[in-house]
Amino acid sequence: MLKLKNINTYYGNIQALKDVSLEIKEGEIITLIGANGAGKTTTLMSISGIVPPKSGEVLFMGKPINDMTSEKIVSMGLCQVPEGRHIFPHLTVTENLDMGAFLRKDKANISKDLNYIFDLFPILNERRNQPGGTLSGGEQQMLAISRALMARPKLLLLDEPSLGLAPIIIRQIFEIIKKINKDSGTTVFLVEQNANLALKAADRGYVMENGRITMTDTGENLLSNEDVKNAYLGM
Amino acid sequence: MEHENIKYFLELFLSGLTKGSIYALIALGYTMVYGIIEIINFAHGEIYMIGAFTALIVSSVLTMFGFPMIAILILATGTAIIYSSAYGYTIEKIAYKPLRQAPRLSPLISAIGMSIFLQNYVLLAQTENFMKFNSLIPEFEWLKPYKEIIGTEELIIIIISAIVMIALTLIVKYTRLGKAMRATAQDRMMARLVGVSVNKIISFTFIIGSALAAIGGVLIASYIGQINYYIGFIAGLKAFTAAVLGGIGSIPGAVLGGLVLGWTESFGTGYISSDYEDVFAFSLLVLILIFRPEGILGRSTSQKV
Ligand SMILES: Nc1ncnc2c1ncn2[C@@H]1O[C@H](COP(=O)(O)OP(=O)(O)O)[C@@H](O)[C@H]1O
Ligand SMILES: [Mg+2]
Repeated sequence: MLKLKNINTYYGNIQALKDVSLEIKEGEIITLIGANGAGKTTTLMSISGIVPPKSGEVLFMGKPINDMTSEKIVSMGLCQVPEGRHIFPHLTVTENLDMGAFLRKDKANISKDLNYIFDLFPILNERRNQPGGTLSGGEQQMLAISRALMARPKLLLLDEPSLGLAPIIIRQIFEIIKKINKDSGTTVFLVEQNANLALKAADRGYVMENGRITMTDTGENLLSNEDVKNAYLGM
Repeated sequence: MEHENIKYFLELFLSGLTKGSIYALIALGYTMVYGIIEIINFAHGEIYMIGAFTALIVSSVLTMFGFPMIAILILATGTAIIYSSAYGYTIEKIAYKPLRQAPRLSPLISAIGMSIFLQNYVLLAQTENFMKFNSLIPEFEWLKPYKEIIGTEELIIIIISAIVMIALTLIVKYTRLGKAMRATAQDRMMARLVGVSVNKIISFTFIIGSALAAIGGVLIASYIGQINYYIGFIAGLKAFTAAVLGGIGSIPGAVLGGLVLGWTESFGTGYISSDYEDVFAFSLLVLILIFRPEGILGRSTSQKV
């Protein structure tokens, strides 16, 4: 479904991604783990067209998307929940969700999806007319994921959804991610520093260090790998 | 005596409201552009001036052909809106878009350059003298008895401005495009990640702002009765003051700032001295910058548009 072929991405003269290649198949949950500053966020921003790679190829459902604008990429069903959630602070919860469906034209289905979201997260329904900026961290993360779901994505990119949340909320968020993957067959690419939970949820994982992919295996194997244990699992 | 005082007060109140409405129409363009791309479009006053000139040219031609007044008003205003919007759109593309990643001072200098260029362009194409602008607004017979307090032109200016501003508020609040504008102002990267074409939103913002300025230009030219290439400079400065006064980036702020400025000027000239009209306006700006730099309705952080 998504293939990165030797992409190199720069910020000015600084190279943030070096020959990154990876592959995600339809229906999978794939995770990318790595230390702070490894290049995980840059990988997602390169996929979404916000920081396009200088060289290499990004293929989505067989089509090269590395030269496309971000809105074109979204319209193909590739959506991102960025690090730090980026809720529109002065739009209401409902307006934030509307923005998720910005490119959709099927009004009837949009309101159906809105009801589905409100069933999934009753707290968002309670707060529907409140500005997004007034929500708690956990609620904002739920809203950020829901907003992306409003686009009916085929592939969902999630950048550190557990960042700064209480353990109980983190577990809830991971359950939701698995449910989304199972119920609607949405493919998930999950970037995490919380390697333990991410590898448990994922079919396969990639490990990134200093802008390079250094390891890839099934979630299970990476969990029991000595190097991964030492570096990312704190054992 | 008491009665005379009230009448005088009312007269000043309404003429302040009239001028304030025009300031507000122009201030909206400054504030919306600032809300989206955080630059002060100093060429905005010239957009207003070009609107007035377009209306002057169109109305002169149509008058020669004997069109009825109401048709002239509509066609002249419509053409002014189209011309001004085209100028606003083009200015953004050539003067600001290439500088989006540049240091903040660069687009500011580019804006001032654009403003000087457009003034001189109109100066060369027209003349440096004031040109007579025949009113496009018909007299209302039924308003005649009250004409010491309010004339037809003032009434029309107040009504049209109010309609336009209410329409703008509804567009920004309820339409898809309006939501996308607000989203872009609040978080540009996230707007792109939900599929908003930020370039289109920026262009749209310039077009709307320019259209409002054109309407302001036609109304004020009709009210004052003469225009020249320089009217955009002073009106632009006043409207910019209004936008800062209300809180730059805030739409209700621009409206409130425009009205407060209009009233300050009319009450200041009416009760203190008519020699100091501009002094009142700019003293107000200095005071607000000292005591409440975010403006009356401005939020010090990220709330824009
Ligand atoms: N906007 C930017 N400008 C310059 N350098 C950046 C920018 N964003 C990230 N970087 C650098 O790129 C590298 C990778 O960062 P990032 O992708 O954010 O890592 P991660 O998400 O894994 O923490 C880091 O060295 C970081 O300092
Ligand atoms: Mg990151």
